Amino acid sequence: MTQDQATEQHTGILVVGGGEAGVAVATQLRTLGYAEAVTIVGGEPYAPYQRPPLSKGFLNGTEDEESLELRASEFFEEQRIVVWTGRRVEQLDLGTNCTGGVATLDDGSRVSYDGLALATGASARTLPGIPPGLRGVHTLRGMADAIALRAALDGSAEVVVIGGGFIGLEVAATARSRGARVTVVETMSRLLQRLCAPPLSEHCLKVHRDAGIDVLLDCSVASLRASHGAVTGVELDDGTVLRASLVVVGIGAVPDIELAQAAGLRCQRGVVVDAAGRTGRVDVVAAGDCTVQRHPHRVDALLGIESVHNAVEQGKAAAHVLLGLEPPAPATPWFWSDQGDLKIQMAGISDGYDDHVVRKVDDRLTVLYYRHGNLIAVEVANNPREFMILRRALDKGHHIDRDRAEDVATPLRELVQSP
Amino acid sequence: MPKVIYTSPDGRAHTVDARIGASVMETAVKHGIPGIVAECGGALSCATCHVFVATSWIDQTGTAEDFEDEMLDDATTPRQSHSRLSCQIRLTDEFDGLEVTIAPEQ
Ligand SMILES: Cc1cc2nc3c(=O)[nH]c(=O)nc-3n(C[C@H](O)[C@H](O)[C@H](O)COP(=O)(O)OP(=O)(O)OC[C@H]3O[C@@H](n4cnc5c(N)ncnc54)[C@H](O)[C@@H]3O)c2cc1C
Ligand code: FES
Repeated sequence: MTQDQATEQHTGILVVGGGEAGVAVATQLRTLGYAEAVTIVGGEPYAPYQRPPLSKGFLNGTEDEESLELRASEFFEEQRIVVWTGRRVEQLDLGTNCTGGVATLDDGSRVSYDGLALATGASARTLPGIPPGLRGVHTLRGMADAIALRAALDGSAEVVVIGGGFIGLEVAATARSRGARVTVVETMSRLLQRLCAPPLSEHCLKVHRDAGIDVLLDCSVASLRASHGAVTGVELDDGTVLRASLVVVGIGAVPDIELAQAAGLRCQRGVVVDAAGRTGRVDVVAAGDCTVQRHPHRVDALLGIESVHNAVEQGKAAAHVLLGLEPPAPATPWFWSDQGDLKIQMAGISDGYDDHVVRKVDDRLTVLYYRHGNLIAVEVANNPREFMILRRALDKGHHIDRDRAEDVATPLRELVQSP
Repeated sequence: MPKVIYTSPDGRAHTVDARIGASVMETAVKHGIPGIVAECGGALSCATCHVFVATSWIDQTGTAEDFEDEMLDDATTPRQSHSRLSCQIRLTDEFDGLEVTIAPEQ
């Protein structure tokens, strides 16, 4: 569209961002009986889709674009949810009395709204100092990135993954299963440093090394080597050069908060909200990866929870808030990651634990985290049975005796006690 | 296109045309069939896509194995002999007319 085709419209609720959180807000509004127009503006040229398979099934070719779609187009039509793809909101005027405002889109169109939901997600963090346009260097956040990376993986014999977080390790495992020589370079002294506690990090390290992935810890990238506009290697801070035909940068995501910030909403790394997406204005909510919320165990600290579960639950709760309804009590956050044959499931926030119990049998690992004697989080590898039991215990506030949990011969199911 | 018939926890039946290669879970979620939550989108990590396969279809779909079997043991609705996690059943033409009942609690 050109500026000439710019339009003026009104919608009841405007959702900026068509990811998990945006779709959760829109569908929940209908479930709650909201009858006015609902419009989702999504910046990517794809119908709303799931991101987790991008580094897993989509990358290894077992899933395609269509299977990733969050909902069928007929569903959005039936629900009278209008989805605009490939269009961005450029500017927000929140108005003065908390009864709606006006959004301006990239084609100059203006949409006035009664209520606004920000679900702008996050972007992949990039490595500073890489010449723009250097071939063979990839990040992974969206469908377009995944299509490019999948194609690049096809011919790549030597892959270097920068960053030992979930996405980096998932990509590394996929590349390795396709026969590439894979090195993971991590600046911290353990894998998944920001994301889980040491017992699970150690377990992951062993699994990936056993699968033939080279994992370098405490090791930083000094520069990339290139020839004829394509990457050829990665130089480390100790001077070592790793040969590479493909470099994947997986060093985290940065919340997309430009709009919120320019509009004057409180932001601190992400848009500052509570578990139900409240921003402090009754007509504006925010949900998903673009937000931060209060840390459950650390006073004054804010936490960004980058997971599908948080995006969906916060999105649903935010829909309640927009309609002036009481949102449901927040559920325990949880996350999964599939890295080759390693299946990780985690629930609760382990950061802040003062005691833990490890249950390990062969390739199965379960770690229970306690704080002041209460179970606060669990991390599990290849142990979905125990995860089912523990996630439910966390959700219901049930207790599991830490001393008895140390005996791996005792099934966890026998240890669950109602308060 | 195989048709799948879902019976919701409220007893209502919904018939959906499925894409070949899609899972029973995916087909339901994309069409907003109530009852299947599918928090993990088919990653075999959440067990919120629990269904009971009609007994006449169980030979065709097969029964749960390995991790799926473990997760069903502790699913929110107690498992039955014909319980499956619906993200693990991929549809082909042979499944035309498949009937599943969605577990009441996920
Ligand atoms: C490769 C990968 C693997 C992952 N694996 C897992 C996993 O295994 N388990 C798990 O729980 N989580 C996983 N995650 C995280 C999970 O996908 C995210 O937490 C979730 O997608 C967040 O949803 P969201 O709606 O907040 O943001 P997003 O999904 O990022 O959606 C935001 C959308 O808003 C759009 N947007 C931004 N600004 C504008 C604007 N101004 N105008 C219009 N549109 C705009 C963006 O283009 C984007 O489409 C993974 C993420 C990635 C990238
Ligand atoms: S959708 Fe999560 S296990 Fe089936």
